[in-house]
This record gives sequence, structure tokens and C-alpha cells, in this order.
Amino acid sequence: MANIVKVGMADLNVCKSPDGITTLGLGSCVGICIRDPIAKVGGMAHAMLPDSTQIANNSNRAKFADTGIDDLVKKIIALGGVKSRFEAKIAGGAQMFTFQNKSDMVRVGERNVQASKKKLKELGIPLRAEDTGLNYGRTIIYYPEDGRLVIRAAGKPEKTI
Amino acid sequence: MSENISFEKVTTEYYDVLKELGNIGAGNATTALAQMLQCKVDMKVPQVRLLDFKDVGEAMGGEEQMVVGIYLAVEGDITGSIMFILEHDAGKTLVSKLMGMPPAEGAFSEIEISAMKEIGNIITGAYLNSLAQMTNLKMLPSVPDLNIDMLNAILSVPAIEFGIVGDKILLIQTAFTDDVDLNGYFILMPDLQSYSKMLGALGLSI
Repeated sequence: MANIVKVGMADLNVCKSPDGITTLGLGSCVGICIRDPIAKVGGMAHAMLPDSTQIANNSNRAKFADTGIDDLVKKIIALGGVKSRFEAKIAGGAQMFTFQNKSDMVRVGERNVQASKKKLKELGIPLRAEDTGLNYGRTIIYYPEDGRLVIRAAGKPEKTI
Repeated sequence: MSENISFEKVTTEYYDVLKELGNIGAGNATTALAQMLQCKVDMKVPQVRLLDFKDVGEAMGGEEQMVVGIYLAVEGDITGSIMFILEHDAGKTLVSKLMGMPPAEGAFSEIEISAMKEIGNIITGAYLNSLAQMTNLKMLPSVPDLNIDMLNAILSVPAIEFGIVGDKILLIQTAFTDDVDLNGYFILMPDLQSYSKMLGALGLSI
């Protein structure tokens, strides 16, 4: 029986096939999923902010898209993954309210998505699919076995990317 | 930006002040709510909690439960934002009382959403007013914005604001009691400078 590993806000974790990994109710945060399709190991990071270098208090590395992805990659390698085979999917980065007027908060969802893509590109990890933006929350479940990313949202049919 | 202020350094005294602010603010909000609904509304003593991001969803009753989130910007002597979160069914109950109709099943209709916005406006307005009176600082709320979604998705907005300064979120939980218990949460997010200003006005420093 496969288990589903849970990832909290500003948190990251890894799992091995046939287990899956999930995070519940992504809003403006972004969920970054990475796997090695041959070793069938992978993981997920739930990042809240785009850039650790812009923030003084950056000790929690999983909180940021840049350092979160770095640490996630290391953890998947430690579990037997080979970085050159890695592939990624991302979801989240919604704008939950129409105004988020503080300078730090302007389009933070969108900036989280951009920062994640930039970091993946730097590391040479191809982005296979994304479900990002808009104005609603998402619960996501990722399966390193086949790379399926299941997305649930309130009042919407479930979809898989 | 003062880098050294962080919510991790919350002293007992500071915590007590926030609790008291929460108490008085929620008391005012309850009075306003009772006037609007023209019925008696009681309030339990609010609980102030400082929680890790990863625990807050569960502590509030489940990451995926549907909630109403009302979010406003605050300007004036204090800048920042305030969020009021209400359980979905509690929101439906309040709206039906305001409109004098039995609670309807299912999702919020357009008219229920605008009634809910009005309730949010009055509750958060009363809350801010009492903070302004106590601190003698001007606080001007913006028009509220509302969204109904999974708790954690709504919470991501204040959590990100807290995330800029630390790894915890400060939650003021208020239970309103009518015929049924209505659970609401206030989350105050003053900018860092405003935090010190507010506490300074109360004779404290951090």
C-alpha cells in the first residue's frame, strides 16, 4: 500500500515510488515537484517567497523558492536520484485577493512562479508542466512513479497534469 | 528595515498586550455585530497563539476546510493589513441572520457575498477603531476584499507577510456565541515600523 507524504507550508520532503507526496491548500505559495523518472524518487517543496537574498531572516531555507529547490535537489540525490535525469512540475502562485498592496506583496504568487522557473532553468531541470496563477487555492499530489501531478480545487473538477 | 525585530522574540509582556488588544478589539467587534444583527451575541475570551507555518492550518481545524477570508489594507499612522477568517458555515449563518432568511445550503450567492463583505467591514472596522483609540494612532481601513477557499490558501497571504520577518504567524482566535458557536480569527499584520510604533504608543518597546 502506497503512502502519501505530507509537506507543510515552508517545508519540503521526498519520497520513493510507489509513495506519493502532497501539500494541502496552496494559495500564493508555489509547490515545486521534482523527480528522477528512472530511479523513481522525487519530492516536493512548498515555497512562500521567491528570493532568500532579499530577506534578512532567511534561516528557514524551505521558505524560499531558490534555496528550497537547492535543498530539494540535494535530498532527492541523497535518496538515489541522478540530477541529470531530473524533471519538474510546478503549481500554485495564485493571487488570492485582488489587492495585495504592500511593495513586498505585489504579485507575490506570480513572482514565486517566476523565481521557481528561473532556479530550475539554472539547474538545468526541464519543466514538464505547470498549473499556476489565477485566484484559487490548490491541493496537489505528486507521484514520482510516473510524474503525475493531481490538482484539486474547491468547486472545480480534479485534474492531472 | 529593522532586521532584529522578529516575532520569535515575543516576551510575555508583549504577548499579554497583544492578547489584551485582541480582547478589546474582539469585544468591540462583537458589539458591532450584535447591533447589526439586532440580537444578542456573546464572545468567549480570545486566544492569542503564535504558531509555526506548518502547524497553523491544522490548529485552525484543517488545511482544506472551506473558510471566508476578508482582507483589508490599513493606512494612516499605522500601515499594514488585517485579515478576518470565518468558518464557511459560520459565515452562512451570519449572512442569513443579516438578511433575515433561513441559511441556504451550498456555496455563497452573489448577494450573500456582498452581505458577507459588509459583515467583514463592520467587524474589522470595529476592531481597528478600538486599536486606534487605545493607541491614539490613526488607522484607516481600505474597502475589504473577500475570497472563499481552502483555509491554507487563504492563510498563505498573511503567512507570506509574516514570512518576511519570521517563521511564525500570530493568530487571535475569537469565538462568537449566538445560538451556535461561530469561530473567527483575526490576523493583524502591521509593517515592522508600525509594530514598534503601536507598542510604543502603549508604553512598550521591543
